Amino acid sequence: MALSDKELNEIAYLARINIDKDSFPSLKGELEQILDLFEKLNSAETNEVEAMSHPLNLSQPTRPDEVTEEDQREKLQETAPSVQSGLFLVPKVIEGEN
Amino acid sequence: MTVFNESWEAVIGLEIHVQLATNSKLFSGASTNFGALPNTQACNIDLAMPGVLPVLNEEVLKMAVKLGKALNANINSPTSFARKNYFYPDLPKGYQISQMDKPIVEDGFLDIELEDGSSKRIGITRAHLEEDAGKSLHEDFEGKSGIDLNRSGTPLIEIVSEPEINSPEEAVAYLKSIHSIIRYLEISDGNMAEGSMRCDANVSVRKVGSEELGTRTETKNVNSFRFVEKAIQYEIERQISEIESGNTITQETRLYDSQVNTTRPMRTKEYANDYRYFPEPDLLPVVLEDSFIEKTLEQMPEMPNEKKLRFVNEYDLSEYDASLLAADRDLANYFEEVTGESKSAKLSANWIMGELSAELNKENLHILNSKISAKQLGQLINRIEDSTISGKIAKDVFEKMWSSGNEVDDIIEKEGMQQVTDLSEIESMVSKVIDENPDQLKQYLSGKDRLFGFFVGQVMKESQGKANPAQVNEILKEKLKE
Repeated sequence: MALSDKELNEIAYLARINIDKDSFPSLKGELEQILDLFEKLNSAETNEVEAMSHPLNLSQPTRPDEVTEEDQREKLQETAPSVQSGLFLVPKVIEGEN
Repeated sequence: MTVFNESWEAVIGLEIHVQLATNSKLFSGASTNFGALPNTQACNIDLAMPGVLPVLNEEVLKMAVKLGKALNANINSPTSFARKNYFYPDLPKGYQISQMDKPIVEDGFLDIELEDGSSKRIGITRAHLEEDAGKSLHEDFEGKSGIDLNRSGTPLIEIVSEPEINSPEEAVAYLKSIHSIIRYLEISDGNMAEGSMRCDANVSVRKVGSEELGTRTETKNVNSFRFVEKAIQYEIERQISEIESGNTITQETRLYDSQVNTTRPMRTKEYANDYRYFPEPDLLPVVLEDSFIEKTLEQMPEMPNEKKLRFVNEYDLSEYDASLLAADRDLANYFEEVTGESKSAKLSANWIMGELSAELNKENLHILNSKISAKQLGQLINRIEDSTISGKIAKDVFEKMWSSGNEVDDIIEKEGMQQVTDLSEIESMVSKVIDENPDQLKQYLSGKDRLFGFFVGQVMKESQGKANPAQVNEILKEKLKE
């Protein structure tokens, strides 16, 4: 399955990865191989098979609704690059900018 | 209210996010209390520290099962979680754990009541569990944004309706009905101003009779019933006028601005909404055993529609009165307590929806904070029923109870407000009034029957409103014959 430059750019954007123009041909080649494999998988007859969301034949355990984690802010913020008034500081984000 | 060109029809679907009232988070043991200091309720799971695993809160499953039942829906078992991927600083994992293919609640419906008394069935596509994100604060922190992750991981259930709503009024009726249900089930406080219930509206328009759906927009950030109505109304009118002037509608997310009552575009990039869902590998499918569902459903309270019907049958209330009282569980409980004390359902309903509601509205109080208890109101109604006071005087007693908090009988006693039922006392007042008004008496006796009302009024005035009107009528008739 052929991939266009535009599609490759979109995938890079979604993954927040910067790729340079020189690596386009090789990346495209590799991704096309992966997509081909998925097409092959898609061609398998699965009408009779129930969809599976996990490979283990187990079900999810649950926990009672109890507060077990006390405030650990000080410890957890020790490794944060920038903190002010208990908030984590990050580069300015404006809604809709992406 | 809905005024748009009759050749157009609006098609509306609502997505309602309800914050579930658990003690701890969906996948961690951190507290969900509102208003704590920033990041004091965000543990290493909420912060997405490497190596942590989510563990599901059982209470959330119970809440979802109850909601599913109330929405006449199927409960899926197994139900499974999925990752919804997007980048934003208040989402430390880079994905939100949500549900995609197997939502816990699917295929339900809700009958809503419209103002003209008719009812309409709105399909519920699904309701799925997901975790909330943190909060970004954009005030200036040395040119940076501040992140508070206390809300991160708080359980939400998102209720998605079919696009079967056709006007802003229907949208509000649907929203109020959902609000009433989640309050009844006690799965959320439903506080829209604090964000415990948030509503996104998908709106499109089409020519009446057209089968095809128009391009829709999604309006976010609507945080009151009134704003939902206004935002949808605005969006319908905007789309119609765009199309009529030859433009097309862009599929986009819009933000409602209540200050100026408009919506404006928020995200337009066509691939901004590619969330690349895939099954959450950190969580196994959730199996809900029949016994678990049965046990959970045993705890279901009587729901608003059932309560309304019971009020009509048991207390002989009108459909309208019954639905107003049943809409709020606390109000319904108050009503039943008043009726239990007074034994007169009709009077109880009238007093609650009349005088009491007026006072509560005036002081912006919820029924739970009423200054007059249900028992006190019941006693007041008893004093009307047993003729101790008239309905008119009862309003004065009510006012005094509201402001002083004193008991009914103490107020009546202290203020001398008892109705005068002593025949001789009324007789002497009647005689006095007749003696003092010889001219009117002459005219009455010469055939001016209408003056009878004048005499009744004078006697009531003489008694300061405390005479029993029925007795006054009777005695006056007798005396005037003499």
